[in-house]
Amino acid sequence: MLAFIIRRIAQSLLVMLVVAAVSFSLFRFVGDPISSMVGQEATMADREALREALGLNDPFLVQFARFVGNALQGNFGISYRLQQPVMELILSRLPATLELALISGIAAFAFGVTLGVYTALNRRGWISSGIMTVSLIGVSLPTFLIGVLLIWVFAVELQWLPSFGRGEVVGIGDWWRTGLLTESGRRSIILPAITLGLYQMTLIMRLVRAEMLEVLRTDYIKFARARGLSNRAVHFGHALKNTLVPVITITGLQLGSIIAFSIITETVFQWPGVGALFIRSVQFVDVPVMAAYLMMIALIFVVINLIVDLLYYAVDPRLRVERGSARH
Amino acid sequence: MAEPLLSVRDLVVEFPTRRGTLRAIDRVSFDLKEGEVLGMVGESGAGKSITGAAIIGLIEPPGRIAGGEVRLRGERIDNLPPDRMRRVRGRRIGKVFQDPLTSLNPLYTVARQLTETIRTHLDVNEKEARRRAIALLDRVGIPAAARRIDDYPHHFSGGMRQRVVIALALCAEPELVIADEPTTALDVSVQAQIIDVLKEICAERGAAVMLITHDMGVIAETADRVAVLYAGRLAEIGPVRDVIKEAEHPYTAGLMGSIPTLTQTSDRLVQIPGSMPRLNAIPTGCAFNPRCTKVFDRCRVERPDPIDRGSGRQVACWLYDRAEARHD
Repeated sequence: MLAFIIRRIAQSLLVMLVVAAVSFSLFRFVGDPISSMVGQEATMADREALREALGLNDPFLVQFARFVGNALQGNFGISYRLQQPVMELILSRLPATLELALISGIAAFAFGVTLGVYTALNRRGWISSGIMTVSLIGVSLPTFLIGVLLIWVFAVELQWLPSFGRGEVVGIGDWWRTGLLTESGRRSIILPAITLGLYQMTLIMRLVRAEMLEVLRTDYIKFARARGLSNRAVHFGHALKNTLVPVITITGLQLGSIIAFSIITETVFQWPGVGALFIRSVQFVDVPVMAAYLMMIALIFVVINLIVDLLYYAVDPRLRVERGSARH
Repeated sequence: MAEPLLSVRDLVVEFPTRRGTLRAIDRVSFDLKEGEVLGMVGESGAGKSITGAAIIGLIEPPGRIAGGEVRLRGERIDNLPPDRMRRVRGRRIGKVFQDPLTSLNPLYTVARQLTETIRTHLDVNEKEARRRAIALLDRVGIPAAARRIDDYPHHFSGGMRQRVVIALALCAEPELVIADEPTTALDVSVQAQIIDVLKEICAERGAAVMLITHDMGVIAETADRVAVLYAGRLAEIGPVRDVIKEAEHPYTAGLMGSIPTLTQTSDRLVQIPGSMPRLNAIPTGCAFNPRCTKVFDRCRVERPDPIDRGSGRQVACWLYDRAEARHD
């Protein structure tokens, strides 16, 4: 078990190093940052001085080592565009993204599993057919279109919910500013959370349904029925837990992509999170922010993967290898 | 004669398919006395397992019981509402499945699966259920049962798992146990042990056994009576000794002839020409007529019903009809 964790952490570090290399390459291949930082009338001497000050004249490996060393200390340099430390910028916007991602992730999982189980157990009912048809729309509509549709219906026509922003925020601790504790904050998160989570929900729902149907055909479910266990015990005690084993992996990875792909939702709803920050940075070739964002997303994926692997252990006793298999 | 424990009368099981309805079981009747072991033999697809599934009310839809009746101690159980039938399963009729590797839920300990079943049917607390579970595991021959009970199924070998399955089928003290090829998936070396355990423990508890198998050797050593199925119909039923010594139905005779014995002197085993018909192409008259060596005109036209031959034997063959005997 411990060896497994250490091995996984070593793999994770390797992944992070590769991502760092890719992020760092951005500095060298995405245009010349100097020209976007200085004004039109800056002299060649000024530019050269700035280039020297930023260390852009050093050899590749020296620059890369410096980048990794700084990154380990949480230092990703100064944003070219906003002239603030990148780490500070990202941390100030991370709570907005994480709150949005968590709310929509939890909702997607809860509704996805519920609807998936329902449609699997009532396979031939017309409600299930309805849900399955609607879920096709959820899978095939692009995120921005869902967002715009929601804004049109609930913000413009019905005027029930705000169409942009995060509402009122209050601080918790040093840097976390939350919108979940205020009325307007909670109202503001509903539409973006639905937009971000709808696709994930339909995906989880279809996966749960397929897995559940598979599990219901297995011998141990037939044997559980033959022992006269109640439908409730068979479906929710025996079938659901077996269904969730593969679903956990997908959901974990989906949580990663919810955070990574919140860019579009944040843009549509002008949500002040890291996704919106990233889009602005791309427009301004703000390489330090882009590199830090890439590293952050990679870190989130790696951490989630690790958690998913550990969850597997909690759910599936067959993976607890230290006890040995098939003892007599 | 006392009322039989189980009475199956003119049972018909049908599976609707796109190309018409298939009759998997066609007017099968037999009785099972209290504490008796009835062997049920036949080739694959003869309807042995489906008969078992029909008795316990677990035929996979769209298959259904299309006719006849099943009585347990005189009470009809083939048309019970689902919730009442559920309380018959496990409690009054237990079932042992074929493959011990797939019939236990991999995510729960043996203890949990046993106590759950016991507490579903019997009014005992968790502690008492666990005590009974340990005693039962001990009885089916699991060494160190008190410790092993908290293991997961994958910690047990195939033979041990089948012992656990037997314990699960018997834990609510049923009056009848349907064992569907309980040794087919096991090593030859443990097959005899499993059959012995099953037979002993059922005898101790006075439970009758319906032993489904295609292994005539197992039947000869274990069963009191044997029923031979062919293409969903009952060919012959009677005390094991009589049927083995002197098979009356030409199909049974062919089956017996195909078993090698140590005393046999001939070089070749007898082989029944041809193969069992598909369910959608059963010939008119006797289902066995195209393969029968003693076939005559009537067999191709009229279907024989089981004919009483005395001492509990019945044979579905025109050879034994009194009218035909006169013709000879």
